[in-house]
Amino acid sequence: MAENPRPRPHVDSDTRPFWEGTRAGELRLQRCRHCARVIFYPRSLCPECMSDDIEWFVASGKGSIHSFVVVHRAPPGFQDHVPYVVALVNLVEGPRMMSRITGADPTSVEVGQSVTVVFESLDEEITLPLFRQS
Amino acid sequence: MNRDRVAAIAGVAESDLGVVGPDRTQLQLQAQAAKLALEDAGLTLKDVDAVFCTGDAYTWSHPLTIAEYLGITPRFTDGTNIGGSSFDSHVGHAVTAIAAGLCEVALISYGSTQRSQRNRSLGRAGDIRLPQQFEAIWGLPTPVGAYALAARRHMHQYGTTPEQLAEVAVATRKWATLNPKAYYREPITIADVLASPYIADPLHLLDCCLVTDGGGAVVVVSAERARSLPKPPVWVLGHGESHTHLTIANMPDLTVTPAAQSGPRAMAMAGVTHSDLDVVEIYDSFTITVLLTLESLGFCGPGESGAFVSAQRTAPGGEFPMNTNGGGLSYCHPGMYGIFLLIEATRQLRGECAERQVEGARLALVNGTGGVLSSTATLVLGRD
Repeated sequence: MAENPRPRPHVDSDTRPFWEGTRAGELRLQRCRHCARVIFYPRSLCPECMSDDIEWFVASGKGSIHSFVVVHRAPPGFQDHVPYVVALVNLVEGPRMMSRITGADPTSVEVGQSVTVVFESLDEEITLPLFRQS
Repeated sequence: MNRDRVAAIAGVAESDLGVVGPDRTQLQLQAQAAKLALEDAGLTLKDVDAVFCTGDAYTWSHPLTIAEYLGITPRFTDGTNIGGSSFDSHVGHAVTAIAAGLCEVALISYGSTQRSQRNRSLGRAGDIRLPQQFEAIWGLPTPVGAYALAARRHMHQYGTTPEQLAEVAVATRKWATLNPKAYYREPITIADVLASPYIADPLHLLDCCLVTDGGGAVVVVSAERARSLPKPPVWVLGHGESHTHLTIANMPDLTVTPAAQSGPRAMAMAGVTHSDLDVVEIYDSFTITVLLTLESLGFCGPGESGAFVSAQRTAPGGEFPMNTNGGGLSYCHPGMYGIFLLIEATRQLRGECAERQVEGARLALVNGTGGVLSSTATLVLGRD
């Protein structure tokens, strides 16, 4: 793995609360205080109303699978893990995020299934929010 | 609003395609294509006063690089990079600049040696910055995985089948058998596509475009220039472009591409409807790209594209001639393919396509798609 390290997020001041949240076992999202839009990925300006008055909150961690692929030809760092499932998850709070579905036989995964976040440590700084069928 | 024959494509050419070998550079391929396209137009580098290109990983400013290499001092430059559709958007930009009197002879060019350099990768390692830190970290092979997400969603929503996706690959390969420059020319069957290994299920290897080397160039000139040149002008009658997202998680609807915006704009500008079009060149990065684009452009309704392409409707001799050079699936795909759509549409409208010529083609539609279904540029092209 050392020769072919997995990609990892480069934490910045927009995204630090998100990644601090996952390390603390929380899925944190942003909400615009002006128009109430829930925002993901984190940013400094509401893309709906241009307000920069944005707060963080802890999301439920629940969602459903909007679409998924079973990866057979993996990018660098993931070759030892095929086949695995990468999905788009519709969070109940509104936003859609990409993640992996963990702990599932890929053939059991279906569009529309309910999923719940679980956290998996990548390294000292980064904990990834993965999803499990629920 | 009709574009009223402000500007025309006057010259087109490819460079060497396929595998050019590790000793060739992308600048050589671009220069080779530029020379051939200018000769095709009856012009020289001295006539060029506008440069359009996208850029690559090796040059901090590709417009400066290509202009210096070719000895051009442009009065108009555009380095727009919105992915593989960039060159199709460049045509619209060039026509706009020409209409504004800012330039007269625009050179659009591209070159890549990705195949010979073996520098194509399905993903990145190390620290991922900015929005991609939420997308490029999950092990989704890029870009194929994003298109596979769209394919799965389309299948779920509409019952689209792997066989219907395969129809596109099979029909496109039939066109490639008629193109001496195509990389793969052996016919394939739907069973072959379904038996090819999964890359990102539901997309098989044969649902995916090629990885080749190659370059291309297109010369766009003012109407006045166009009428003085030896070959018949291919008029840019309408153009439109849009982009809806960078990351696939932010695509508003996985089954609708920005062609739903760029297409109607281009067709309205040209004053044409679907049934007026004789030949269609649609970016086929993956088979699903074609299905989504056909719906987004309005050739069929939402969810109807699988049925639309069935029974080899888009193959030679079919009702709907599409991707007549063999496409990115079978002819060439050097990373960004959009310029090759223009080259083929121009040749079809000039009647230069020999065995694969669509008889009497007068009006063509080109639709480039870039990124992960992120951007589109649509053009309506026509001859006198």
